[in-house]
Amino acid sequence: MIASIFASRILNDLLGGITAGVVIGLVALSLVLIWQSTHVLNFAQGAMAMFATYIGMTQLDHHLNYWVCALISVAAGFVLGGATERVLVRPLYGKADINPIVVMVGFLSLLEAIAAAIWSGTPRFIDPPFSSIFFQSDGAPTGLSPFALFQIIAAISVMAATALLFRFTKLGLQLRASALAPEVARLLGVRVNRLLTLGWALSTAVGAVAAVIISTGDTGLYPANMETVFIAGFIAAAIGGLESPGGALLAGVVIGVVMQFVNDYFNSGYAGFVGVILLIVSLLIRPQGLFTKNAQRRV
Amino acid sequence: MIGVQNLSVSFGAVQALRGVSFQAQTGSITAVLGANGAGKTTLLRTISGLIKPASGDVTFDEKTITNEPTEDIARMGVAHVPEGRGVIAEFTVEENLRLGALASKVNIAEGLERQYAQFPVLGQRRKQFAATLSGGERQMLAMGRALIANPKVLLLDEPSLGLAPLVTAELMGTIKQLCAEQSLTVLLVEQNAKSALRIADHAVVLHVGAVVADDAAAAVAADTRLRQYYLGLNEQ
Ligand SMILES: Nc1ncnc2c1ncn2[C@@H]1O[C@H](COP(=O)(O)OP(=O)(O)O)[C@@H](O)[C@H]1O
Ligand SMILES: [Mg+2]
Repeated sequence: MIASIFASRILNDLLGGITAGVVIGLVALSLVLIWQSTHVLNFAQGAMAMFATYIGMTQLDHHLNYWVCALISVAAGFVLGGATERVLVRPLYGKADINPIVVMVGFLSLLEAIAAAIWSGTPRFIDPPFSSIFFQSDGAPTGLSPFALFQIIAAISVMAATALLFRFTKLGLQLRASALAPEVARLLGVRVNRLLTLGWALSTAVGAVAAVIISTGDTGLYPANMETVFIAGFIAAAIGGLESPGGALLAGVVIGVVMQFVNDYFNSGYAGFVGVILLIVSLLIRPQGLFTKNAQRRV
Repeated sequence: MIGVQNLSVSFGAVQALRGVSFQAQTGSITAVLGANGAGKTTLLRTISGLIKPASGDVTFDEKTITNEPTEDIARMGVAHVPEGRGVIAEFTVEENLRLGALASKVNIAEGLERQYAQFPVLGQRRKQFAATLSGGERQMLAMGRALIANPKVLLLDEPSLGLAPLVTAELMGTIKQLCAEQSLTVLLVEQNAKSALRIADHAVVLHVGAVVADDAAAAVAADTRLRQYYLGLNEQ
């Protein structure tokens, strides 16, 4: 009896952790995509996704359906990402690394301020399209609700679609070439500049999916609502080794799960430290990231 | 036909090209020779638009292309195999080749077949990562990737670098054959003057950024002064 309660508690924490972790993984994936193509650490990524979600989700006021608003959010993320690359980031290529960091941190503050000015800082609560009540098993709640299940499926689908796009399409081949060897790609007629814009657009759209998920339900939509998950996603990307989308994803899930257990068994106050401790440990073991291959670069 | 007129390029205080002019004729191989640092790579990079010159022009079939972006120059049919070959090690052989075909109108499947017929070893290794190829195989991959888009001009930057003499000889034979079959305009940059002069129709010799000879390959090969001072060919 006690053993089974204990087992179900572990299972519930695991499920809850995975649910949170896939979203962290999405944020990490979005960061890695931008890092790989343009070598910019996009500190404004969470804020850009938040902003896009406001654009989409405030359409609920015009009695649009949740799914239509979610789609508008993702489309807004796509446009915002592309526009940001063209206007803010492009002049920074080839400059010292500190320049994009300063610009993106500035952009983060700006977006949060603008969002607060337009939509106010008060959280806006958005009803989930599926129930958030846990599934029952033998009369006891499991750690999984229909909405959580949707969240996991949505995140995994986005990741799979991204992977397939990069791996198997002509566009993906050109995107990868533009990131790995921009000069060689240009010599082969690939319009690298356009692809970098597209890379930012796609990656911000992925971030917007994460922001829509976060903003739906208990957390609510407010200007700083992506900050916590962004930091976790950032740490996941660093642990995964910035060059590895799969590694970032896995690291995101691990952080989500460990945080959930720390929350449950110790104190929710400690959960915030989990990511940082995991990061320090992983950097000590392998400074280049756990999932980065040591393969030689292009020849 | 591709040519440069009075081309000058500077990197800060270093003047890498000083008023370089010459023409490379369609269907022929023009060797561009000279010691390390003579400006050969800079010349090719300026032709393909990667470097914008301080003055002078690049012309391709009577059209001035000096200020065109690299991507557009490539799409016009100027294929540049860069120094070090530029093979993408993280891509498979086939992905490298596909990448070469994407910006052109060629049918990819047909293009791949043609390159596998030309370079059978690429066909055998089509699913292997380019990182696993030998130097000679990488050079073939770089050439196949450039040729798959049916270019009119082929710019080769030291293709023989790091290759064994036998492999180099075979490569030079292939370049000669391709040039004749596809009536390509080939600019063959080499430090290995001996190998290049064996297949070239014409030769241009650069010395610290300036042209010191522009003549038939046979004439350059026979010129003792050029051989001794600029080409490092001292043996009798
Ligand atoms: N990106 C660059 N920045 C500064 N100097 C350069 C650069 N590229 C080439 N140079 C200089 O220009 C000269 C010609 O170089 P290069 O064209 O590479 O010669 P080659 O290919 O004949 O060996 C050399 O003095 C070289 O140091
Ligand atoms: Mg060179």
